[in-house]
Amino acid sequence: MKKNSSVVVDLLLLLLAITVLATPAFSDLVLSKVERRIDVTSQIARVTKTLKVVNSGSESVSEFTLTFPKFLGNNLAYLSVSHSEGKGKAKRSLANLSVKEAHPKGMPDSISFYSVSLPKPLSKGDTLTLEVVAAFTNVLQPFPEKITQRDIHLVMLQESAQYLSPYVVESQSLSIKLPNARIESYSKLENTKVQGSEIKYGPYKNLAQYSYAPIVVHFESKAAFAVAEKLVREIEVSHWGNVQVTEHYNLVHRGAQLKGEFSRLEYQDRPNPQGVSAFRHLLARLPPRAHSIYYRDDIGNISTSQMQSDSKKTELLIEPRFPLFGGWKTFFTIGYGLPLSDFLFASEGKRFLDISFGSPMIDLVTEKLIVQVVLPEGSKDISVTTPFAVKQSHEIKYSHLDIAGRPVVVLEKNNVVPDHNQKIQVYYKFSNINLLSEPLMLITGFFVLFITCIIYTRADFSISKSSAAYLAKLQWDEVLATLQEVQNIIQKCLAAHDKLEASLRDLSRTGDIQTCKAARKSTDSLLKDLSKELRPLLASLQSFPSASQISPKVEELVAKERELQEKLMAKHTTVVEGYEKKSSGRDIENRIASQQQKIIALRQEVDDLLEFIDEI
Amino acid sequence: MTRPKSSTSPSRLCLLTVNKHHNEAGLVDAALIAICPGYISRSVAGSYDNEAVAIFALLLTFYLFVKAVNTGSLSWALGSAFGYFYMVSSWGGYVFIINLVFYFLDWMKYQLNDIKLFQTFLRINVTSAILVGGIALGVGTTSGYISPWTRRFYSLLDPLMQRITFPLLPLFLSISLRHDATIFIVMYGLTSLYFAGVMIRLILVATPAICLISAIAVSATVKHLTSLLRAEQKVPQTGSSKGPGSSKASSKVTLDPSQPFQRNGAIALLVGVFYLLTARGAHGNRIIFDDYCEAYYWLRQNTPTDAKVMSWWDYGYQITAMGNITVIVDNNTWNNTHIATVGRAMSSYEDEAYDIMRSLDVNYVLVVFGGVTGYSSDDINKFLWMVRIGGGVDPVIKEPDYLVNGELRVDKGASPKMLNCLMYKLCYYRFGELVTEYGSQPGTYDRARWVEIEKKYIKLKHLEEAYTTSNWIVRIYRVKPPTNRL
Repeated sequence: MKKNSSVVVDLLLLLLAITVLATPAFSDLVLSKVERRIDVTSQIARVTKTLKVVNSGSESVSEFTLTFPKFLGNNLAYLSVSHSEGKGKAKRSLANLSVKEAHPKGMPDSISFYSVSLPKPLSKGDTLTLEVVAAFTNVLQPFPEKITQRDIHLVMLQESAQYLSPYVVESQSLSIKLPNARIESYSKLENTKVQGSEIKYGPYKNLAQYSYAPIVVHFESKAAFAVAEKLVREIEVSHWGNVQVTEHYNLVHRGAQLKGEFSRLEYQDRPNPQGVSAFRHLLARLPPRAHSIYYRDDIGNISTSQMQSDSKKTELLIEPRFPLFGGWKTFFTIGYGLPLSDFLFASEGKRFLDISFGSPMIDLVTEKLIVQVVLPEGSKDISVTTPFAVKQSHEIKYSHLDIAGRPVVVLEKNNVVPDHNQKIQVYYKFSNINLLSEPLMLITGFFVLFITCIIYTRADFSISKSSAAYLAKLQWDEVLATLQEVQNIIQKCLAAHDKLEASLRDLSRTGDIQTCKAARKSTDSLLKDLSKELRPLLASLQSFPSASQISPKVEELVAKERELQEKLMAKHTTVVEGYEKKSSGRDIENRIASQQQKIIALRQEVDDLLEFIDEI
Repeated sequence: MTRPKSSTSPSRLCLLTVNKHHNEAGLVDAALIAICPGYISRSVAGSYDNEAVAIFALLLTFYLFVKAVNTGSLSWALGSAFGYFYMVSSWGGYVFIINLVFYFLDWMKYQLNDIKLFQTFLRINVTSAILVGGIALGVGTTSGYISPWTRRFYSLLDPLMQRITFPLLPLFLSISLRHDATIFIVMYGLTSLYFAGVMIRLILVATPAICLISAIAVSATVKHLTSLLRAEQKVPQTGSSKGPGSSKASSKVTLDPSQPFQRNGAIALLVGVFYLLTARGAHGNRIIFDDYCEAYYWLRQNTPTDAKVMSWWDYGYQITAMGNITVIVDNNTWNNTHIATVGRAMSSYEDEAYDIMRSLDVNYVLVVFGGVTGYSSDDINKFLWMVRIGGGVDPVIKEPDYLVNGELRVDKGASPKMLNCLMYKLCYYRFGELVTEYGSQPGTYDRARWVEIEKKYIKLKHLEEAYTTSNWIVRIYRVKPPTNRL
């Protein structure tokens, strides 16, 4: 317990330093009653104090001074002072007062001072009740600093049993609320009581200024000591109806560090899992109607998360990839979309975004919080109001289709606790016409692209109109055109063939020989016309030197087609003659069987040749 | 640098297909390869490496080659040669052999330009190749010339390791051999499939071929089905086009009775394909074993930046990319001695392994263990390879020491060397205390091998458990610093 005793020595030194002081400057006020409650059930020490202030001096006082020992003051994350006027039960009119850090002269370094300006000067004999809420981080120190997986997690709190104040305190009491009844040790002073998981000191009467009685409480804590070393929240406003929030967490377990092995066996042991100092999940309370929630990290999606939502909130229970033991780190990103109408409002010609500042995670301490509010391109007159002091700067972010970039308001704050989860307002001016700029840009872009394509395909860009390559290309185009025509004609021929066949089928059904003959006649003349059309095309194809490889094929095609024609005609004649002679159906079929085979073979060849030409 | 290359290969492949077949097949092909796990597995998780480049080069070469064959142009052929050179310089020798076979056969086919002559040529060639290869192999092994290739290479020539790939072959053969390019595709598909069957890693080479062939098949099927649909639409049109005068004739037009059936069938097939696709995605409650990510991310977040991890080479790329940590050997380790050293460490006793790990400056050891979940491709099942490769370089490790009657066992019949080697210890450390089968003795039952393990209480001297994932699949151990000598 070396460490413990050295802490006590520190406290004694502080005490000595305080007793040397003789400062009349603050002595006009008297604290008639002080009640302090310290809640250490989470990793944050949350102190609430009720101070009854009486002005016993002759002059009215407008400032009140709060003091903390320096080791607490350095870790002060959040401080708010409110006052309630009147007496009895009707004192509910809490109003926040402004608090400033003060550095009065002649005071020892071991005390932090905060000056509170009272709503109105406190005149002689008047009383005032102040409610102080303070949250401290890093004041619950793990002790021992390194534990094995089987050990319980013990932390230590240092405080003063007597209220450190520059004023005389007439009556005061302190109660410390611990997470459970397992208390390793605590300082026993007079009037100390332990009730379950609560330790009470006092009441102590009539204490002098700067009274100080150091106490140390050493107890078990099962709380998650989850600290975000750095948290970047990006809030991107889109006037198309969405607020996209992306949060990047660099998380670390700030409790006692794990030493030795991590045993999965013991961690999973039922019913006595070892490793209670680790935490495996975090709970985020997102605003209601949050949608498109994702949870991922550097290497991909993390599948272990659950979501529950109702009309009032959306709860996201996320589990890091591995349980976090003391000193272990992880990094992850969560993102979600929010409906714009819930967060964006208009006032006095300006729009303002009303959104919470801190992380939605419960009981999370953030060492460095960076909030980047990305406003739509073209936003102007940007201003921010925050309920507490933050560091502000402006940046420009370039995203898709941006020209001027989107203005970004960057807010930075260190040591953020859940009490900071208050709304901030970002005011800006934005004209709806800007909304159309990006779609218009896209439309123009595509329009120009298509126009260019049209011009390019229509215009002739060759420099030398007489070069061999150019001429060859021109000729090739002509060849292709001719080929196309040839194909068309052949297709028409084939259609005529089909018609001929159809007429034969009709004949077999109706027995109407005249119609069939007429059909044949018309087909015949049609085919003749077509072959007339074909002749000049073939001649021109032959004249092209570049078509020298193709034209034999085309000629073959034409020849085959002609052969097919002839065979078809012959078949037609045979069938019609058969009908005229009233031969039986089977007889006719036998007679045309061989022809039919040839026709099918020829048709196949023609089709193959057509396909070949098609592929050119 | 390599990422854009690997991503361009689908488009390259698309071109290749378009070149050989129709545009539709090319599109389907590009779509297939874009979602093909065999390909994705190589272009994610840190594998933007030689393989990804090599596949790009391979396809480029094939594309240019086919182009050259089709056009007969010298410039395409030259381009193809350069593509091939690029391919060879970017990746190892396995594909080299395949390529040679391809080129030679295809070229000869073109030269002879006669199916019968080609077939006899093929027969002679293949038999002589096998003969020469066999003789060379025999001579090489006995004289000790080929030993540097080790078993990693031999396994490629082992047809007994062929998997269930043969049922797929008829699919390829059913494609009508109409074009020279189709012959090329089929040859490519068959050979790459063979090699993929022998060594699963080469599925990478088979992937483009499979995609190509399936694309042709899919597009052909869809084309036929849609043409059936179109034909159906045409029939009433031709019926009515006969005009009002021939009302008698048009009323007598009887549809081919098989047509409506065909049409309905076509619709059912077309719709069914997509229906199946969506139905497959709609799972109920999924249980995801994300242990690899869990372990790699733990390494990424909770180890010193200069730490080094020793694991079997299979996980090298993944650990490097997802764990952002240095590994001793990875998938691209050409130096066989390196892999052998790791294999030797894994198959040695802990004391000896500790010396090796100290000399390699190893901080963490990672093993994959499927005994809890029944995941069978874990390190115990791969262990024989570690022994073989380790023993291939350093004869201290002898394979028979680990085997009992030619079998690697972890149960009662296991060899003492096996029960005391580092790999066994790391896999089964504290496993004996775990209750795997309810109602049975705690622990001891290995679900990946379905045996009760022999050694239940294991003590580690130089290592300590640093992290084990929630399903015990990945186990990471920290190498302790040496204790002071007194």
